[in-house]
Amino acid sequence: MFLILVRRDLALVMRSPALWMPVVFFVLVAALFPFAVGPDARLLTRIAPGVVWVAALLAALLPVETLIAPDVEDGTIDQLASRGIAMELVAAARIVAHWLGFALPLLAALPIAAVLVGMDVAQGWRLALALLLGTPALAALAVVAAALTAGLRGGGALAGLIILPLALPVLIFGVGSDAPGALRLLAAASLVAVAIGPFAAAAALRQD
Amino acid sequence: MLFDGIGFTLAPGGALQLEGPNGSGKSSLLRILAGLLSPSDGAVSGGGERGFLGHETALKARIALGDELRHWARLDGGETRLAAAMAAMNLTGLAEVPCRHLSSGQRRRAGLARVLASGAPLWLLDEPTAGLDLASSAMLAAAMAAHRAVGGMVVAAVHGDIGLAAPAVLKLG
Repeated sequence: MFLILVRRDLALVMRSPALWMPVVFFVLVAALFPFAVGPDARLLTRIAPGVVWVAALLAALLPVETLIAPDVEDGTIDQLASRGIAMELVAAARIVAHWLGFALPLLAALPIAAVLVGMDVAQGWRLALALLLGTPALAALAVVAAALTAGLRGGGALAGLIILPLALPVLIFGVGSDAPGALRLLAAASLVAVAIGPFAAAAALRQD
Repeated sequence: MLFDGIGFTLAPGGALQLEGPNGSGKSSLLRILAGLLSPSDGAVSGGGERGFLGHETALKARIALGDELRHWARLDGGETRLAAAMAAMNLTGLAEVPCRHLSSGQRRRAGLARVLASGAPLWLLDEPTAGLDLASSAMLAAAMAAHRAVGGMVVAAVHGDIGLAAPAVLKLG
């Protein structure tokens, strides 16, 4: 059941014309930063992890309006609920599909972004590991916010306001991942978001 | 409060027509039966799985009709029933067509084919003939009769006759 749902969500993500938007956005933000802060290589290298993380967070937010709202509008959620399929399962499948759809391309584009903000190879690998640990949390938060704002006008902007404060722990431990123990705390923060995410999204999706 | 003091029992092979003016609660009652809404008081029991046809068709614009229906059939464990269900709704020739190109009547038939393929004993149909031409309505009537002949049940919100033989009638509003 879960695999059928994930497969379906992935098929929809793959067919979406917006598939490459988060990645292009991610690379563009990384490319713009050197222009914004000037060509000081030392400064760039120092702020590079922060830049990449903020870009990743915004990239996770980009498709938030298409994550849940269309399914509420076109009756897909009704069809799933009338089959007695738990909304938690639906939300969990959506989180997995969203993560595969935005985080994997992001990791693939990371070398480009890393070069643009002047990272060395060791720093790049550490950041890749941190992103691998932290992006599931961003996917979970995006799905929760999408479920909360489904059917609201301007839901995307509101979803951003919901996610940004909740993503703080992930950002803090992700950016500071070279400090001892930070990766474990990042993994813990990510785990909490991923564990709570399906239940929070399901509570928002239930109609009464 | 939309309605209160409603009660009915449906035997295998039975059919119930919900009638009443717009806004009288026919769709809400169907949604309660489908488990999509909770009544403020009272309960629904038995009936087994539900096949629900609502106003929205739950078809994704970019996906071909056949793939779309196959996804739902896979969720229902009814892939072997799908071909017959699509044939019963005269959709076999449209399997390769992306859902955005379908007319509203064809979408309605697709929703009905999904109910047919689900294998659910209880069909909940919200104005199933809305947007259907005469030939399609006749196909629906035949499908409902065949479903009832093997012990299936139908609850339909209707305006006028939809070709159910000897249905029980519940008037709302």
